[in-house]
Amino acid sequence: MDFLPALIMSAFIGGVAGYLGSLMLSKRMALVGGPLGHLSLPGIALALIYGFDVSLGAFLFIVVGIIFIWLVEVRTKLPMEAITALVFASGVATSFVFLPEDKTVPALIGDISQITPDIVVMVIVLSSAIFFVTKRIYSKMILVSISEDLARVEGIDTKKFNFIYLACIALVISLGVRIVGGLMTAAIVAIPACTSKNLSKTLTQYAYGGLVLGSLGCILGIAAAEVTGVSAGSAIIMANTAIFLVSLVLKRAT
Amino acid sequence: MSRCEGVWALRMVKTMLKVDNLNVAFNGFDVITDLSFEVKEGEVLVILGPNGAGKTTLLRALLGLIPYRGNVVWATEDISYLPPQELWERRGLPPLSIEEFFRFKAVSMERILNIFQRVGLDPSLLKRGYGALSTGQFQRMIIGWALVDDPSVLLFDEPTSGIDIGGQETIYSLLHSFWKERNLTILLVTHDLNVVWEHAETVLCMNREKLCYGNPHKVLTPEELEKIYGAGIKHYEHTHR
Repeated sequence: MDFLPALIMSAFIGGVAGYLGSLMLSKRMALVGGPLGHLSLPGIALALIYGFDVSLGAFLFIVVGIIFIWLVEVRTKLPMEAITALVFASGVATSFVFLPEDKTVPALIGDISQITPDIVVMVIVLSSAIFFVTKRIYSKMILVSISEDLARVEGIDTKKFNFIYLACIALVISLGVRIVGGLMTAAIVAIPACTSKNLSKTLTQYAYGGLVLGSLGCILGIAAAEVTGVSAGSAIIMANTAIFLVSLVLKRAT
Repeated sequence: MSRCEGVWALRMVKTMLKVDNLNVAFNGFDVITDLSFEVKEGEVLVILGPNGAGKTTLLRALLGLIPYRGNVVWATEDISYLPPQELWERRGLPPLSIEEFFRFKAVSMERILNIFQRVGLDPSLLKRGYGALSTGQFQRMIIGWALVDDPSVLLFDEPTSGIDIGGQETIYSLLHSFWKERNLTILLVTHDLNVVWEHAETVLCMNREKLCYGNPHKVLTPEELEKIYGAGIKHYEHTHR
């Protein structure tokens, strides 16, 4: 593993995943990252077989899934979480039809052994763009959570904002599969947000807490992987979990 | 003012809302049928009717939140709406201070502090969590939120549900003082007949269709009330206005 590029890339992905994850948690959608990660598995499998970028492969499959989810949500008003559950299992099933055995582990838990400078730059640019877009829609999406009618009267185009929100989720999960694979993406959006909720009193603290803690979890995870030799994806999730446990102690102390 | 000036003043009052032949249906079931009325600038219209009469649906249709047939014409876009308390999500939200909630409207701290004082809330509550207010404090807070950017029209659905009698009177007195001070046009949904007698200039009684419309002291007869709420309702108009 190239330590420094891996560290920079993971810190950016973890940060933006934690930030967006705080919004997803407030909309009770934190677990959606999991099914979408599973949905990306056929794309990751194709990318590993034909040698193109795993994020691109994941993104294509997630976008198709998200457009489907969005259309069904608009037409049926079924909860987005329930619709997501409808589509993700097919992703897992399809990927295992043609995923070669030697590619299974990288697809499931991520692989950061070969990172080029181009990839790091691409991740920095994409993560930053997702962060700024999410920042613009953040308070409006919270108002939608408080009351959709109220938000619409305040001039918020809820359909448009939901679509932007879902596009951000698709991009973050596509980036996330690089470091934790298609199996564990829920963790990098959900755990930092839960930790931040334990430690925050205001929305600003909560949102930026997700960013900082998501980044910190990835930095500690990559460092632990470098020292111990365990897979980076597993180490990142365990680091995030450890920070969460510390927050429980701190929450009890306050 | 001479009689002639008075007539001119009356003629010049702007129509803020004109509704013609409004029809709303859900899944083929008529919820509102052929409703027509208008609201002048500075008028308080109370919408009265039993549960399931279509009152909340009417407000949502007027705001374009649900599909309808007919014409709804507003003379302003400067409208604030407060849904009924039970439709506000108060639990399960992320940490959110009251100050941050007001900042969603992009108004200055000076305006926030000013409206807080006007609705009778202590400024220290601005640091309090959105879900940590009592029902009465929450209701005052959302009235402040609705009025902080100085709207021309306020639509308010069941403002006092879940509030004790003393608290209800305070909420209505507060709305009344803002109405007088700012020439607000108010559309108010309520079950409370006292509110109609004390605060309404016009009442619209409905039960999926218009049952009565006009000055409450003229149109809200015992017979009309029986038609709205069924036999057995007894209500005596207060005379100490």
